Amino acid sequence: MLILTCPNCGIAADETELHADGQAHITRHGAGASDDDLEEYLFMRNNPKGVHFERWRHVYGCGKWFHAARCTMTLEVFGTYPAQTLEPPKDLVAKIKKKRPDWEGFVK
Amino acid sequence: MKRYSAFAIAREAARYHTGWERAWRSPEPKSHYDVIIIGAGGHGLATAYYLGKNYGITNVAVIEKGWLGGGNTGRNTTIIRSNYLQDPSAAIYEKARSLYETMSQDLNYNVMFSPRGVIMLAQTEHEIRGYQRTAHANALQGVKTEWIGPERVKQLVPIIELSGPRYPVLGGLWQSRGGTARHDAVAWGYARACSDMGMDIIQQCEVTGIDKSGGNVTGIQTTKGAIKCNKLGMVVAGNSGHLADMAGFRLPLESVALQALVSEPIKPCMDVVVMANTVHGYMSQSDKGEMVIGGGTDGFNNYTQRGSFHHLEETVRALIETFPMISRLKMLRHWGGIVDVTGDRSPIIGTTPVGNCYINCGWGTGGFKAIPGSGWAMAEVIATGEPQGLAAEFGLNRFQEGRFIDESVAAGVAH
Amino acid sequence: MSTRIQTGGRHLDRSKQVHFNWAGKQLTGYGGDTLASALLANGELLVGRSFKYHRARGLIASGAEEPNALVGLGTGAKFEPNQRATTTELFDGLVAKPQNAWPSLAFDVGAINKMMSRFFPAGFYYKTFIHPRFAWKHLFEPIIRKAAGLGAAPTEKDVDRYEYFYAHVDVLIIGGGIAGLASALAAGQAGASVLLVEQTAHFGGRAVVDGVDIDDEPAEIWVEETLAALREMPNVTIRNRTMGAGVYDHGYATVYERINDHLPEMITDHAPNMDAPRHRLWRVRAGRIVTATGAIERPLSFAGNDIPGVMLAGAVRDYLVNYGASVGDRVVIATNNDDAYRSAIALVEAGLDVPVILDARTTADGELPTLAREIGIRVETGKAISSVKGNKHVTGVGICSQAGEGAELEEIKCDAVAMSGGWSPVVHLWSHCGGKLNWDADQSMFRPDPNRPPLGYDGAGFVHVAGTANGYLDAAGVMEDAIKIGKLAAKETGHKPKATKVPSTFSAPENPIEPIWQMPQGMSRKLQMKTFLDYQNDVKVSDVRLAAQEGYQSVEHTKRYTTLGMATDQGKLSNINGLAILADSLNAEIPAVGTTTFRPPYQPISMGAIAGDARGELFKPIRQSPMHHWIDTNGGFWEPVADWRRPYCFQQNGESVGDAVTREILNTRQNVGLLDASTLGKIIVKGPDAGKFLDMMYTNMMSTLKVGRCRYGLMCTENGFLSDDGVVARIDDETFLCHTTSGGSDRIHAWMEEWLQTEWWDWNVYTANVTEQYAQIAVVGPNARKVLEKIGGMDVSADALPFMAFKDGELGGIKARPYRISFSGELSYEIAVPASQGQAFWDMCMEAGAEFGIQPYGTECLHVMRAEKGFIMIGDETDGTVIPQDLGLSWAVSKKKDDFLGKRAQQRSHMVDPKRWRLVGLKSVEPNEVIPDGAYAIDGTVRDNGVKHMIGRITSSYFSPTLNHAIAMGLVENGPERMGDIIDFPTTDGRVIKAEICDPVFLDPEGTRQNV
Repeated sequence: MLILTCPNCGIAADETELHADGQAHITRHGAGASDDDLEEYLFMRNNPKGVHFERWRHVYGCGKWFHAARCTMTLEVFGTYPAQTLEPPKDLVAKIKKKRPDWEGFVK
Repeated sequence: MKRYSAFAIAREAARYHTGWERAWRSPEPKSHYDVIIIGAGGHGLATAYYLGKNYGITNVAVIEKGWLGGGNTGRNTTIIRSNYLQDPSAAIYEKARSLYETMSQDLNYNVMFSPRGVIMLAQTEHEIRGYQRTAHANALQGVKTEWIGPERVKQLVPIIELSGPRYPVLGGLWQSRGGTARHDAVAWGYARACSDMGMDIIQQCEVTGIDKSGGNVTGIQTTKGAIKCNKLGMVVAGNSGHLADMAGFRLPLESVALQALVSEPIKPCMDVVVMANTVHGYMSQSDKGEMVIGGGTDGFNNYTQRGSFHHLEETVRALIETFPMISRLKMLRHWGGIVDVTGDRSPIIGTTPVGNCYINCGWGTGGFKAIPGSGWAMAEVIATGEPQGLAAEFGLNRFQEGRFIDESVAAGVAH
Repeated sequence: MSTRIQTGGRHLDRSKQVHFNWAGKQLTGYGGDTLASALLANGELLVGRSFKYHRARGLIASGAEEPNALVGLGTGAKFEPNQRATTTELFDGLVAKPQNAWPSLAFDVGAINKMMSRFFPAGFYYKTFIHPRFAWKHLFEPIIRKAAGLGAAPTEKDVDRYEYFYAHVDVLIIGGGIAGLASALAAGQAGASVLLVEQTAHFGGRAVVDGVDIDDEPAEIWVEETLAALREMPNVTIRNRTMGAGVYDHGYATVYERINDHLPEMITDHAPNMDAPRHRLWRVRAGRIVTATGAIERPLSFAGNDIPGVMLAGAVRDYLVNYGASVGDRVVIATNNDDAYRSAIALVEAGLDVPVILDARTTADGELPTLAREIGIRVETGKAISSVKGNKHVTGVGICSQAGEGAELEEIKCDAVAMSGGWSPVVHLWSHCGGKLNWDADQSMFRPDPNRPPLGYDGAGFVHVAGTANGYLDAAGVMEDAIKIGKLAAKETGHKPKATKVPSTFSAPENPIEPIWQMPQGMSRKLQMKTFLDYQNDVKVSDVRLAAQEGYQSVEHTKRYTTLGMATDQGKLSNINGLAILADSLNAEIPAVGTTTFRPPYQPISMGAIAGDARGELFKPIRQSPMHHWIDTNGGFWEPVADWRRPYCFQQNGESVGDAVTREILNTRQNVGLLDASTLGKIIVKGPDAGKFLDMMYTNMMSTLKVGRCRYGLMCTENGFLSDDGVVARIDDETFLCHTTSGGSDRIHAWMEEWLQTEWWDWNVYTANVTEQYAQIAVVGPNARKVLEKIGGMDVSADALPFMAFKDGELGGIKARPYRISFSGELSYEIAVPASQGQAFWDMCMEAGAEFGIQPYGTECLHVMRAEKGFIMIGDETDGTVIPQDLGLSWAVSKKKDDFLGKRAQQRSHMVDPKRWRLVGLKSVEPNEVIPDGAYAIDGTVRDNGVKHMIGRITSSYFSPTLNHAIAMGLVENGPERMGDIIDFPTTDGRVIKAEICDPVFLDPEGTRQNV
């Protein structure tokens, strides 16, 4: 039963207010994409044991999508940030690195 | 291997059961095997078993980082059915179901396969059409199922409420030869038979690296040292992504929690398995008398084997609507397992971008029922090196081709 | 025998007699009794039968850990199986039945299993019943199932009510013993909001039973004072009869309150002011959770330790002190620690006989053993029980050396045995969410490792354990720890703990325990087969040793192979003893073997409480259109459609559903019909980039749509599959209204928002789901225009409002927006009016339409009419695997656009495979023979795997009253190239229906009926 803070409305939202939707920062490959790129976009997922960047929507709240960095082994939430970005904020990455020195860093 | 039988028990009883031998050996790894299977769950052990039985390949090690059968094999709701819609699914699940029929005799280990029948309830007009379609497909696929009306449902499941205020029971898809089996026994039975064929089941041994040469697998690194092999099979469910990473390829998988619960045991009151997909819940009664209940998956990536409580609430609500008498039963225990889900929710069995490296994963929420069929198919792929037979359609390449095996066709569709 | 004694009984109200029924006998207890204490007081020692061997079972514990005394409680719609007698408070009129015994508890036919037990070792199921193959299902399994199970299944619908309750607190404290109370006080004084819950009716835990003094007075006084102080604090909430059930991630906990289980039924049924639910499941979010859950005593493993009359020493003391009930007159004590001496002393002080204390330790010279000797009790050290004598109750014990193999030195007559193998902290709640344990060899117990707690959302531990649960067995240690933890929890939730004085406590000091895992040390396999670990599931020492011998060496294997700890007590008594035996068998250390996973709930909780109020009408509330009530009262035959109900048809004058549908179709085609289309999704898409956005969302070009015009559009997933369809109307330059399917409105709106927020966030577009702002009413049929003209208002002529156009105006004085769109092929207006005016407009249509033959129609009529026209239906022709090109909808897939969702995916090799099944019409050769829904077509060939080769399938199939012919739509391999071919559809009843492939547009292919 997770709690994630919605970066849009600032509420520490209960999981029941939220909708989870998998890996964040996936590049859309549309018309003209190669077969490999299309497959990567539609199907291939990092699925890490550890730090995971993922998409959530505050569906029974403000309705906004946001991103979270969360550990899939302990469910610790390192931080949340707006969805309108191509990569996680640098300070968040630094914070995670500090907590998890063995972490390989953000990989798109 | 000393055979199990009532006579053997009587003989052993005379000496207070001090004479039973180990069900499986616990050897140290050898330096080389023809085939290494990573993962001693049901699917991995079944793969090893059919490599030996169907292809005579017995120089095999099954490597397990924990204890054999300790993953999803031992934490599922034990439903066995093959009433799938798409041809490749119906074929492999029906093969599995038919192997379950004789598994106790084949393994000389009672896995308590109980073909008590499975009903999938139809609670909307849309579901009626969906299940009638499945019944038609099954008839041509050689899977014995039938569409039954609400009266027959009530006859088979006297504790069901047909006219609930929200979703009436309009009928169901009935597979009389579906049922349940004792999940742990499936892993233990295969392990005993594999060990008896001379295969090494190496528990408490974690794979730490995969050795390659010229794009081909040559062996693995483990916490018990390096082991060489000619061929490598990965059968590790939720951990597949992690292993694929070591081998250097990517998978279309996400790992999420699936939860189940049991009630306290009561005297027999339900003799069939009932699945209610509109309200999201399924229930059967174990031989011990517990009502075994499951529902849907959680939405987020998770390796903790714990789920979120609100999913259980939804499942229990749905089942109280369907079976009002369970309201006064008590939940004894609930737990979670980690299921690996693919892009089309069907499994992957086949070759990988790495030579001599084969994969079997992505069984999602439906793996237990497939164990013998999955092992049978995977053994064929490993033995022949080709994605053929039951596995032919389940290869990794289908995602790039857009050739899905989508079983969710009855779900989530609008009018 | 067990009886009521004249003195003692802290909880009893001896002035109040309580009558109850046990196994058909009328018995009497006192106010304050539990069912267990009342049974004990009435000499009812035999309370149940075990699961596997149906062995006689007596009370062994006094609380939640009781594995034996499970009863069927109540009758009829209030019957509940497997209720623990020890946690059931007695009330007047209570009816309880024994379980798992036939014909009676005293004489159980199933007990034959007991004689045969030597043939039923651990895992025997796996080794036998293998042949013949069909025998398992038809012979063995039914017998085993019947013998298994415990209580009877309830047969009636539950009449009780349950509810949820939400609470957000700084600190949740679970357990109302002195540790929980002290923690609550410390946290409460610091200003933290505190919820303190205690599973029983009484606070104080063991301290008040065990003679602990606090601040130089009996603990009871401190407990009362502390409770009073806590009740004064506005920031502290206290609940008894409320159990911490489960601890979940991020500080979530379920707390189970039993509100009226202890009240006579007549009160809950008939007292109008007693409208309380039976159970309440609290869903708590806590900043910190403190588990002060105490410890559970372990049995000792000696032969015959399951015979009724053998009881935990602490339970013997509980019954004596709390309920004035004794387990027997002559009670032998067996122990490996000092604590059990308290029971011996309490028994003697109550005037009962303790013939001997058998202490397995070689020396016993602490304060309590000394006191025991001083009051004349015989104490034998280094001694053990070789076996318990008796069958349905204890008649004596044999004494042997603990160090030996069990040679009997002496037999002592007694009618009860009190045993203590030491105490195990209750670490369940700590462990539920990942808290780890350490083995404390000095105290022979697992205790929480504070360095490996369950982690919260911020990565910090969110559970603390206080007092005995944390491994402190002495009152002083408990008090100090509890106050420290209470302050810590308050501090961690942002409060400032106050300096407080730790109350002084006194309890007799205890010498160390000696771990004794079987008694005697060298017991033979034969004795092991009579030595029980799990009383309910009949798991013996021999079973665990056998499992280890056979290679089931992981603790999880052993548990599953033997069923140790899988009973309804979930191993509260048996787990530690069992894994110690396993460790011994493997020559391993106990911590190396580890524990099984602790799973919620701590004690079973009712399914009713989990479901809460969300049952019946509230299970899934139904969405209702503005005309819902009218439809309901005018013959509407409902079907569930997504979250809505829609009328399948309107039945008149007792006609059948089929007849009603036929009538509605013919009437609509000949006269005029009225459809409630309000459930269709309506989404406003607005902004300078709205056209560009819709060009991505739809396969068609939407940006070129002219204001005032409508266009049918298709939406696909990024995988290329059709996901929704509907008519898009352009309201003005920057505004579109997108119709979706009834089930699709929320999904499609979310889908649009997802793209706008996460991919094209720089595009200037806004969306709003206005589905419920409008009632939408379709007036359909040749007379449709006449009806609207009679209602009067805006010009609805073909010139003013041509096909595929819409207009804003007024009809009958109501603001209206009629769309000239048709899903039936008829002249058709779909008129959107404000939802609040929907019923009024519907009434106007019915009234104005009367002279033109207007009749309402339902979804089935809609379906048949659209099939007659060959229009696809999302969910019928599509199933998540179909692309527009399969359905002959390539005309709606733009070739001019650079991109749209699904475009690239539709170019993959499987999507452009010419062998994909494509849409055709199918006419049964026999005109009246409707092909069953979902039937597959075959070509007579068989594939490699023996499966008949399928070449197509039916997606929609109806009898068309308009054409007086069975028609169908279907997807067929090379279908559009095979017009006129006859193909075979086998049915599940063995027939073959022949059908001719034809154009899917069966009626009016030129569109002359709709375009008028």
